[in-house]
Amino acid sequence: MEKLKYIGKSEIRIDGREKISGAAIYTDDINFGPDLLYAEIVESPYAHAKILKIDTSEAEKDPEVLAVVTGADFPYKFGLYMKDRYIFAQDRVRFIGEQVAAVVARSAQAAQRAAKLVKVEYSELPAIINQMDAIKEDAYLLHEDLENYEHVPWFFPKPKTNIAHWRKIRKGDMDKGFADADFILEDTYDVPRYSHCAIEYHAATGFYDNSGRLTIWASSQSPHTQRHLFAKALEPLGLDHSKVRVIAPHVGGGFGSKAGVTMEILAAAIAMKVQGHPVKILWSREREFYNTYQRLGVKTVLKIGVKKTGQITALHHEIYWDAGAYVEYGANVVNAVGLSAIGPYKIDNVSIDSICIYTNLPPGGAYRGFGYSEFLFGLESHMTRIANHLGIDQIQMRRINAIHEGDLTAYGAHMNPNGLIKAIDAVEKEIEWQKPLKSDNPNTVLGKGFSIFWKAPAMPPNASSSCFLKFNEDASINLLVSGMDIGQGYLTVMAQIAAEILSVPVQKIRTENPDTDRNPYEWQTVASHVTWGSGNAVKKAAIDAREQIFDLVVRTKHLPKDSLYLEDEKVKCTQNPNFELPLKDFVVDGIITDDGTFKGGPILGRGTFLPEFSTAKSNPETGQGGHPNVHYTVGAAAIIMEIDKQTGKMKILKAVEAVDAGKAINPDLVKGQIIGGLLQGLATVLYEDMRYDEKGKLLNPNFTDYKLPTAKDIPDVVVPIIIEVPQPDGPFGARGVGEHTMLPAAPMVANAVEDALGIRIKSMPITAEKIVLELIKNNKL
Amino acid sequence: MKKITLKVNNESRFVHVEPNEILLDVLRDKLGIKSPKSGCERGDCGACTILLNGESVKSCLVFAIECDGMDIRTIEGLSEKGLSELQESFIKHNSFQCGFCAPGVIISAAELLEHNPKPNREEIKEAIAGNLCRCTGYESIIEAVEDLVSKK
Repeated sequence: MEKLKYIGKSEIRIDGREKISGAAIYTDDINFGPDLLYAEIVESPYAHAKILKIDTSEAEKDPEVLAVVTGADFPYKFGLYMKDRYIFAQDRVRFIGEQVAAVVARSAQAAQRAAKLVKVEYSELPAIINQMDAIKEDAYLLHEDLENYEHVPWFFPKPKTNIAHWRKIRKGDMDKGFADADFILEDTYDVPRYSHCAIEYHAATGFYDNSGRLTIWASSQSPHTQRHLFAKALEPLGLDHSKVRVIAPHVGGGFGSKAGVTMEILAAAIAMKVQGHPVKILWSREREFYNTYQRLGVKTVLKIGVKKTGQITALHHEIYWDAGAYVEYGANVVNAVGLSAIGPYKIDNVSIDSICIYTNLPPGGAYRGFGYSEFLFGLESHMTRIANHLGIDQIQMRRINAIHEGDLTAYGAHMNPNGLIKAIDAVEKEIEWQKPLKSDNPNTVLGKGFSIFWKAPAMPPNASSSCFLKFNEDASINLLVSGMDIGQGYLTVMAQIAAEILSVPVQKIRTENPDTDRNPYEWQTVASHVTWGSGNAVKKAAIDAREQIFDLVVRTKHLPKDSLYLEDEKVKCTQNPNFELPLKDFVVDGIITDDGTFKGGPILGRGTFLPEFSTAKSNPETGQGGHPNVHYTVGAAAIIMEIDKQTGKMKILKAVEAVDAGKAINPDLVKGQIIGGLLQGLATVLYEDMRYDEKGKLLNPNFTDYKLPTAKDIPDVVVPIIIEVPQPDGPFGARGVGEHTMLPAAPMVANAVEDALGIRIKSMPITAEKIVLELIKNNKL
Repeated sequence: MKKITLKVNNESRFVHVEPNEILLDVLRDKLGIKSPKSGCERGDCGACTILLNGESVKSCLVFAIECDGMDIRTIEGLSEKGLSELQESFIKHNSFQCGFCAPGVIISAAELLEHNPKPNREEIKEAIAGNLCRCTGYESIIEAVEDLVSKK
């Protein structure tokens, strides 16, 4: 294999100096001058109600108020995968916090003051807070018109029910599978809702200028998708794609919350009613909790049959999602899990029902892990329980059933090359799994937990990426892409890929956050796909530029093309060791020939990538026949945990996580994902959960009552391990790892608690209180 | 409105403030100092951490009018004559991802090192425990400080 100079090296992040000097500009940091207006949103106080009347007259009397808008101004639907949502509520509200009206004023204070003067009359309707209530026969319908909603072809709504999508997988013979089993374990698991808690709020400023162009500055994971959805939703007001521009500055954390479109569409719509003035909307921490996407809550019913040897004979998984009031994005979480809820196992007989259910809670949507954390909690708890019942080592149980390259997935496609067994082996060794544990402290016990994981990017089969690459006079490069560096290090990794092909140092490559007017298309920065998808586009663009360089040298220097190569920013020749042509001599100015004319001109590379092998077409009753997932990333993890026997207080002494990156383009950045993602996962199981009252009101929308881990709450030791089994169609073999790193956290904590104390906790989070209550229930305390 | 003087990063700045104006808002909106960020409005997250007369405070919990005549330092001040060793160590160790919490974290760490040039791991954790970071898992932040301390 050729030696790599920039790939596989922990290059310093190219956005480092900006972010560490305070120079990095986030959306709310941009100055818009004295003409900036502020919008305040009037929200529904009810989880479910009819809107009878909206009286804006008092608010409009305020001299600082420029406009008051309501649903009547924008009777337009929008949605990423299913158009089930209006910009402002029309005749009905379906969650507490839903936007009903907005007041635009000269100052934020005036807007807030006047918003209180908007009088809305409601007639309350029955609120359905629990998804299991929503699928009862006589349940009140949240969306009576469901059959008329536009949606992607791979969704299957059930009209006249609260089921927005039902992903079914049927494979093999379930009766035979369970008949062949020596042991069957069936149980239910519960996972509550979670909040992303990016430290930066959602923020958007819209400016509809007097020429009729709409520009939106937004903290965004999805600038092009936002442009598309704004243009489509506001088309009746005269917009098209050419009239909409989205500019995305640095993003202060995303985790899925800033994917798709949520509050940004308010800035777009409101701006069109105050033409000529920029108007800003800034969420508060409280609104971050109740009016952006949330991670969906879920109840799973899992039944697995096994032979005495540990081999799985059948898996039946029913997954009931509390998807919230609108599922335009969240229904695809449900879909993704339906396809993949067998976990990284080879199972011949499979039945999966992943059911997307409307409730009167805020809309569920993308959250790092995209549903996989939720089903893995039950699945990986089950695997440990079954192994323990059979008397088989739980790691060996996973090895016996692990999926290998070429095995069939639940929907009948072939599994990609992967390092699952390598990851399992590496974690087992590092955590010293076979070594018995004993606490030195008589008040505490120790337990070990293990889990494996997988996840595929969930994206439409035509989700694409693209790149423009331009050389400057000194052979520095501007790389134009439209993925977002939401912290993962995307910009640096793209620069490393271009650097490798073109022999230009990473620090000479400038890659910036996108502006949809200037930067070429990227679907969204979600699904852990940009290293792979956008990386492929960058690689193609760099190769395109290199071809242009070689062609020009062939034309002017008359050397054979296959003898040319790039090294240290120079064109060199294998046939003539004395030939050296620095890139800076010609990549803009061209090459002078004997007659004094110049050939060539600025070198501009271009690359696009679309996974042409992917298809979402399959049999709706069985899920068989398609290739909806481009590949899976796999891994394994383990912890050693100490638990206080009296108080249930837990402390993680050591955590090990291995993930198969295919090729770690920047190993330090991959390690950063492992350590950071693992803590976010541990937070969901040890600290966080969203608490609602029976009326659908969120009770803990702040960091005092919704506890995030601090530096004092981290594991004593975290060992990140990178496995590299190349992805054949990835740039230099790379595949994504960003979301995966939080996936094993919850089940391995549950498994460690059982190992330490002999109690099994089947609902998240797993708190000290829950442990003590369980100990009391089992007469162990 | 009252006219107050704030010595911001070694420059005296005059500003008119209402009694209920928060220092964070005055810094960001009236003085153009954008590195302190708002992340919770109630002192939980630490993204707005600054040095006020040499002590770290959450600027979202302080009224500007209380700070008349006081010395304020933000990361813009730390970066004026090139990055500090602490900041260089943060870059070397990838002690940030999205970067939003970084200005506050660096202020907390800088305060620690001013008072305690040789902190141990627990003291470092304690010093930054008031700064929430959702990306890094804190390990790389602790390493950056430890690495710098080990070289002293």
